[in-house]
Amino acid sequence: MRRRSKLNPAMTNNCYGLIAAFDTPADVMQAAEKVRDAGYQRWDVITPFPVHGLDGAMGLKRSRVPRFTLAGGITGFITGMLMVVYMNMVDYPLIVGGKPLFSPIFAFPVAYELTILFSAFGAIIGMFLLNRLPMHYHPVMNRDRVAQASDNRFFIVLESRDHHFKNESARELLAEIGGKDIEELED
Amino acid sequence: MSESTETAVGVAEIPAVLKEINPAVLKRPDLVGHNRSFSWITEKICTITEEKTPKWWWICFCVAGFIASFTITGLIYQVGTGVGVWGLANPMNWGWAIVNFVFWIGIGHAGTLISAILCLLKQKWRTSINRSAEAMTIFAVVCAGIFPVFHVGRVWFAYWLFPFPNANTIWPNFRSPLLWDVFAVSTYATVSVLFWYVGMIPDLATLRDRAKNKVRQVLYGIFSMGWRGSNRHWNNYEMMYLLLAGLATPLVLSVHTIVSFDFAVALVPGWHTTIFPPYFVAGAIFSGFGMVLTLMLPLRAVYKLDDLITQYHIDCMCKITLATGSMVGYAYAMEFFIAWYGSNPYEGFAFVNRAFGPYAWAYWIMISCNVISPQLFWFKKVRRNTALVWVISIFVNVGMWFERFVITVTSLAREFMPSSWGYYSPTVVDIFTYVGTFGVFSVLFLLFVRFLPIMAMAEIKAVSPQADPHHGHQ
Repeated sequence: MRRRSKLNPAMTNNCYGLIAAFDTPADVMQAAEKVRDAGYQRWDVITPFPVHGLDGAMGLKRSRVPRFTLAGGITGFITGMLMVVYMNMVDYPLIVGGKPLFSPIFAFPVAYELTILFSAFGAIIGMFLLNRLPMHYHPVMNRDRVAQASDNRFFIVLESRDHHFKNESARELLAEIGGKDIEELED
Repeated sequence: MSESTETAVGVAEIPAVLKEINPAVLKRPDLVGHNRSFSWITEKICTITEEKTPKWWWICFCVAGFIASFTITGLIYQVGTGVGVWGLANPMNWGWAIVNFVFWIGIGHAGTLISAILCLLKQKWRTSINRSAEAMTIFAVVCAGIFPVFHVGRVWFAYWLFPFPNANTIWPNFRSPLLWDVFAVSTYATVSVLFWYVGMIPDLATLRDRAKNKVRQVLYGIFSMGWRGSNRHWNNYEMMYLLLAGLATPLVLSVHTIVSFDFAVALVPGWHTTIFPPYFVAGAIFSGFGMVLTLMLPLRAVYKLDDLITQYHIDCMCKITLATGSMVGYAYAMEFFIAWYGSNPYEGFAFVNRAFGPYAWAYWIMISCNVISPQLFWFKKVRRNTALVWVISIFVNVGMWFERFVITVTSLAREFMPSSWGYYSPTVVDIFTYVGTFGVFSVLFLLFVRFLPIMAMAEIKAVSPQADPHHGHQ
């Protein structure tokens, strides 16, 4: 990052990692399997669209977004029911047609809608939190061919933080698995 | 979308019996015509927002803006004078306002059907129409919202619809379907906007990466949230998308169910029936697909999107229109049957009155547009004639507006007491307000076409043949 290197001149030429390009989903998938098998932990694949089966090839676990959704859903349902109890029974007892002040039946539509609303919030907030987004700057955007990653090319990034990472061996691995245009990424 | 754990192994296991019986291989239709490349798709969709504003766009925008001013005029006059300027008088306290509300909200439902239900059913052809159908949903909900909000009379108190602590220390009555409607429609609007927006994030990132000037770069940059296409992100993103589809499905079914409760919970003959929820949902999807066709066919022609919206897509949309149109026709027949079979004289009268009473003209417009016209979609020749499909889609829109008119007005005009019978006619203010909403809708849709990616590029790329990692390896 240019700004950081100005503040701390000692950090110039700080290497974030290496990036290599691939032309087809099949190529990047086979390459990803090899990187996974080489034991890398801190690395990533950058694709313009979700490639079917790539999660398995990278060895990623099932996403944790559903936990947020469930938490949102439970909150929504309870909020809906308690709101009706409080408003139509406790705070302002409203007698309509001599019926009971509260019944889960007539409260259900409102609780149901709030369940869905809060679950949706949960899913979206969960996705943003787990992905650490918004993040408007990232070292992988620090290169000339950046637009290809959201157009038609596939990339593998090996981060220098990984304990397997030694600049030369990582570069060799990327070349071996068929990576093109291998570049160093500045942090 | 995200059967992520399934890896390369899944393809290899072919049961041995298949070799013996050797079934005929049906070719799946290509979802992207002419085997277009990924960058062709990017270029095609992004250019729409990047090119110089075309002349037709300005012309359409000005016309749409002019029509939209009708709604503004109508509403200003109504707010300034009072709700009496609408054609409402006892017993007709629900007139065009509720008809237009149900009409617009119903149109919205096809967008959610395409984006959510077809996603769960793994109908991959949805990818090239879902973005604009979702946009249509949101803009239709905007138009729908105008009517109940202004129908309350004193629009500056419209926020009283929501439960909030107020100086009168009162709370709304949660037994009322009208209050359920407030929750259903506002949840629907919120979730639709969010679903649309998060679905657009990867495509906004594409626009950001291609941006040639600072303004575009900053604006698309902010809204794309720094998306960088990381597969660790896609993993969570795909899960979220699937969950949202799973949530939007019961939501869309509940919204029109609750809209139908506005009628069905009342005791008015012709309204008080249990068939209303499924009948309304089918009708909503039917009308929405009519509107999707009405919008997509011109868009396809103007931007030459034939390779992305192929004949197969049009066939699929026509078939859904045919299926839901037939369901609606079945519901009309069933209502009549139950009116006779239930031997309730009021119910029986309500239906005979619908078909042969003072509003028979509206009833038969409804039947011919909704039940008869979509039956033409049985024929391949009709589905392949784009102009004819477009004309039929207009018939569907007209028919579905009349359906809501028939339901609302015929029942209220001939209620239990002959002494309070009436005949409803809209006033010029009603007509202005309603006609103008088409302008409001078009203005919003034109802005969408101009500034946002009209198709889900990432999703289309993901369903194109070369996206399959096993493509060319088998």
